[in-house]
Amino acid sequence: MEVKILSEHYHKDDFQGLTGYKANGGYEMLKKAFTMKPQEIIDLVKAAGLRGRGGAGFPTGVKWGFLPDNGEPRYLLCNADEGEPGTFKDREMMERAPHQLVEGMIISAFAIGSKKSYIYIRGEYDDSINSCRQAIKEAYDAGLLGKNIMGSGFDHDMDVYCGAGAYICGEETGMISSLEGKKGQPKLKPPFPAVQGYLGKPTIVNNVETLASVIYILRDGVDAYRKYGTEKSPGTKLFSVSGNVVKPGNYEVPLGYPLKDLIFDLCGGLKPGRKLKAVIPGGSSAPILTAEEAMVATLDYENLAQHGSMLGSGAVMVIDDSNCMVDLLGVTLHFYHHESCGQCTPCREGTGWLDKIVHSILDGKGRLQDIDLMDEVAGHMMGRTICALSDAAAMPTLSFLKKFRDEFEFYVREGRSKVKGQAHAQM
Amino acid sequence: MFQLSPAGIDFVKTELNRYETKRSAILPCLYKVQEENGGWVSPEAVNHLADVMDIPAAHINEVLYFYTMYNKKPVGRLHVQVCATISCAMNGARELAKHICDKYQVKEGEISDDGMVTVTKVECLGSCGTAPMMQIGNAYYENLTKESAIEVIEDLKKKSTNQ
Repeated sequence: MEVKILSEHYHKDDFQGLTGYKANGGYEMLKKAFTMKPQEIIDLVKAAGLRGRGGAGFPTGVKWGFLPDNGEPRYLLCNADEGEPGTFKDREMMERAPHQLVEGMIISAFAIGSKKSYIYIRGEYDDSINSCRQAIKEAYDAGLLGKNIMGSGFDHDMDVYCGAGAYICGEETGMISSLEGKKGQPKLKPPFPAVQGYLGKPTIVNNVETLASVIYILRDGVDAYRKYGTEKSPGTKLFSVSGNVVKPGNYEVPLGYPLKDLIFDLCGGLKPGRKLKAVIPGGSSAPILTAEEAMVATLDYENLAQHGSMLGSGAVMVIDDSNCMVDLLGVTLHFYHHESCGQCTPCREGTGWLDKIVHSILDGKGRLQDIDLMDEVAGHMMGRTICALSDAAAMPTLSFLKKFRDEFEFYVREGRSKVKGQAHAQM
Repeated sequence: MFQLSPAGIDFVKTELNRYETKRSAILPCLYKVQEENGGWVSPEAVNHLADVMDIPAAHINEVLYFYTMYNKKPVGRLHVQVCATISCAMNGARELAKHICDKYQVKEGEISDDGMVTVTKVECLGSCGTAPMMQIGNAYYENLTKESAIEVIEDLKKKSTNQ
């Protein structure tokens, strides 16, 4: 069963506007926040155990705690550059409930003492950009943004900034470079953005879903928030399910929910006659699970780590037996090769090599030693670069080769896919 | 010679004062140039923008060539972008892109003879639960079939010709 906390009102058409949002309890928690001390809100978020919903799962309250107390202006940056293949939850949140994000951001900004925030939205998300701009305008008109918000004495300004098509800008330091009007190349850490971020000033970067979740921690309290989820992965989360299921879409379930139930109950299972082959549980960067692993895995940070994968952004891609794994790895590696920003050698060269090798196999020119070569190249790409994109390309490669090696060997030997009827669809 | 319209110049001036640093205005201003230059950003348009913004052209080119949403060469009036990343690929996106190319007798990335259609395969557009899909202009078209995609394009072609 779904547990709708964030998404409780998403089915209502008027929830997008300020009037409808307020009619359903909107901005009540902002009022409550102003009766609290900022540190109390930070402590509450820490105690609730909220973990970043963008991919890394870092504890939000701990991140906020890294801000130095040096009197410099602080920025809050909402990461709405949703680009991890398979992920489309932030888009639905921004389209259906932009005020939820705005309220969550104002509360968070008050907690961390920030007077200026940006929502960095990927440029392709035109509907999200428009709905967020509209919500910000309504909030200014209603005195919920600007000077002395609700008579609290707290000032805050908010704006939308549009990306222009670069996956790497979802990496927080890449996003900061982009907001500064440069190519979106990640920066070496430390210093972390909390210490030196946007224009060298302390900056907190949080995902859309993370910031919206703060509202419900304030509303329900720590115990009620922790009632859902597991000890180390508390709360509910939106999962974007796509691929070969009957009912793809976003589903909000408590963390720790069985992956099998998400696929076969909520999403209506597979098309008639199809068998489950594999599942990518957390966006295309997450190591792939075999059908057997997927049937016993649960959707929380710890359990997926035990299976050698990760929760990531919560993008579940379901793969049935009509798919060729060599082909899908080819699609995946083309993506990472295209999106590598080019500044670190292992990533720039590694993604290119992997993309070329897998496509030479797909073109029927593969040699058996190419499989080991891919394994070796991917191994050298792990943990050697400024950001995680290199690892994100290496992890699916290593897991595909390990778990579906027979398909790669068959393709090299026979020059065609092991899966019947699968032609390599190139243009 | 490309020149921004008076409204375009006003836009640039507003953006220059909108952020903490002038340079942040480059991304939004490049969109404006692209819009007013028939869907792409030419080298001369970059030089013009550099003058208007009083920012080195090198800073603008750095941005232009890093981001995929700025077109570095001309495109058809309808720029059909078909997402071909995993979930879309699993749901027939590549076959769909090929079908559209065949229908308009155009190679990927090139412009059809009537100047109307360019088809490109692009990376994940965050529409994975409604695959396959395409983006034309700012709009998403989702849950497509080969037939419905052609219907959409034909409809937009008609509207574009009547303008």
